[in-house]
Amino acid sequence: MIVQVKDPVIEVHDLTVSYDRKPVLWDIDLTLPGNSLIGIIGPNGAGKSTLIKAIMGLIPVSSGYAKIYDQELKAVRQQVSYVPQRESVDWDFPASVYDVVLMGRYGKMGLFKRPVKADKDAAMDALTKVGMQAYANRQISQLSGGQQQRVFLARALAQDADIYFMDEPFAGVDIATENAIIELLRTMRDNGKTIIVVHHDLQSAVEYFDWTVLLNMRLVGSGPTAEVLNQELLEKTYGGKLTVLTKVGELLRKKEFPARENPAKATKWKR
Amino acid sequence: METLTEFLSFSDANVRFVTFGSVLLAASSAVVGCFTLLRKRALVGDAIAHAVLPGVCLAFILSGTKNPVYLLIGAFITGWLSVYCIDFITSRTRIKEDAAIGLVLSVFFGFGILLLTAIQHGGNASQSGLDKFLFGKAASLVGEDLITFGSVAVILLITILLFYKEFKLLCFDRAYAHTLGFPVKMLELILTTLTVLAVVVGIQAVGVVLMAAILITPAAAARFWTDRLGVMILIAAVIGAFSGFSGAFVSYVAPAMPTGPWIVMIVSVLAIGSFILAPEKGWLGRMYRQKNNRENILDENILKLLYQLGEQNGSFFSGRSLAEMQEKREIPSGRLMKGLKRLRSQGYLKRDPGNTWLLTPEGKTRGQRVVRLHRLWELYLTQYLNIAADHVHEDAENIEHILTPELEAKILEQLGYPETDPHESRIP
Repeated sequence: MIVQVKDPVIEVHDLTVSYDRKPVLWDIDLTLPGNSLIGIIGPNGAGKSTLIKAIMGLIPVSSGYAKIYDQELKAVRQQVSYVPQRESVDWDFPASVYDVVLMGRYGKMGLFKRPVKADKDAAMDALTKVGMQAYANRQISQLSGGQQQRVFLARALAQDADIYFMDEPFAGVDIATENAIIELLRTMRDNGKTIIVVHHDLQSAVEYFDWTVLLNMRLVGSGPTAEVLNQELLEKTYGGKLTVLTKVGELLRKKEFPARENPAKATKWKR
Repeated sequence: METLTEFLSFSDANVRFVTFGSVLLAASSAVVGCFTLLRKRALVGDAIAHAVLPGVCLAFILSGTKNPVYLLIGAFITGWLSVYCIDFITSRTRIKEDAAIGLVLSVFFGFGILLLTAIQHGGNASQSGLDKFLFGKAASLVGEDLITFGSVAVILLITILLFYKEFKLLCFDRAYAHTLGFPVKMLELILTTLTVLAVVVGIQAVGVVLMAAILITPAAAARFWTDRLGVMILIAAVIGAFSGFSGAFVSYVAPAMPTGPWIVMIVSVLAIGSFILAPEKGWLGRMYRQKNNRENILDENILKLLYQLGEQNGSFFSGRSLAEMQEKREIPSGRLMKGLKRLRSQGYLKRDPGNTWLLTPEGKTRGQRVVRLHRLWELYLTQYLNIAADHVHEDAENIEHILTPELEAKILEQLGYPETDPHESRIP
């Protein structure tokens, strides 16, 4: 079941993404409603992170496009924030918690500009929202996994966007942090924000998300959580490996075949 | 010593220029090196350093002069070409980055040596001194050279200052920088260009073979002293400046010496010194903390022991002999005496005329806390981790020394303020 939305905040059209010629996402057609808490659910290797990276323009696409507020990402960048996976950075980097959160303001500052007082206030405010104000001067390598995740969230909050893409914010965090994060996300939603979360735990998905996207290399389902999380769709998502899709992907890679006949035209959008 | 004072007096204008020049070159290389290191591109820096040699030689062959501007342009072109080759090989073939770096480095350097030998045997009289690019010679940094290379060094420092915020973000989280709308590719291009330029100016002092030492070593050493990027850059600059200074000095007192190896020796000593002495991350600091931990454990074990003896005999403040203590718990006499003396000096114990030891009220409180934590942890393990009661003692022996009061409170709350431990001993 794939519910398409009228006036979506995010529209993904015929999106195919390949790594090393091997498609990991096939023809995704997806629309997402605003002002909601959305979960992207699927097994390992389903392309969940790939989907939001492609929407954020971080990886080239083989075909298709994504639009936000019916515009290209470039035009609305200030309104969109991205929270990468915690493991994607080196936490031994010489920076304090506050330094990292302040980075959330860099986009608004632009090139060459230094942070002004308002930026510093915003960073401290964001840290307070995630309950980390006492750690502002801590070196980031001294943080626990949950604290690192909170710092990343604070950085996104400091950006003051309308749409937030979060890659596995609940991975490897303690239960207290998980509860604090979901509370925060709910408050954000109630304030009119749209939050898209890559998530791997089915159990909690039911109670966390208003809208659920089921993904396993292709779009299996998308709609209000209560309607989408049913036995049939879950079996389609998790059960039965998509051997044909995987094999075709392998074949494309081995034969060095392009995923699309004229990929040059298709990747035009990626920058 | 006389030479040093003579050198330091800078009475010779030439010495002044050479010293100032080397300090500037080495410091700017070290500053750029901080970002090279943090982007984990240290090996690429080494490849660039070797790859500038053919550029220098080609520039000389084509122009027929040693005009520093031509040599700099030549070095810059082949330096950049090497980075491009590494990236191209890594992205287009199945060869991994380390192998690509090795390949590019040796091919470019080999070609450079080939050209250099050809030039040296070519009979062009003006070629003499070109070989200083191999191992460096700070003393040859005069006049036109100094102005050219010095201005490049200043440009490097100004660029870093301008893009500080962007480079910091790029090195920490490239993907995030991209989503914020920063021109990531352009910034990377600038940073790579800076690395190439830093190498190009640095080779005057150190030579291509050992250039990576002043690009990377100061940054690596500085990282030991601080957790702040700004401070790290400053320290690296100071270490770089010092190495440049010493290079100039060596060049001055021993003109026949290759400057590069000397600078590398000096920077390496500074780096090893940082590794040993740096307060937080250094080896000595770690040893000191470990010694403290060991002493702490011993002290608390003695206090615990005396408390337990008090529990058995119903009197906490009567004297105990060494033999009595050692019968309860095996502690080698030497260590036991040391611990006892330390505890006495800290006011936790008193010594009786009869050569027995007894707890002070403070000693009793601390011993009691260790015993309490031990028994609480045993109980926690049996209740929450389902570990058998006869398996929890070893674990508790360790944990009793590190539990904080906050954790203690939390455990107490979770266990419902228990009275006894799994072995039916009362929790004090």
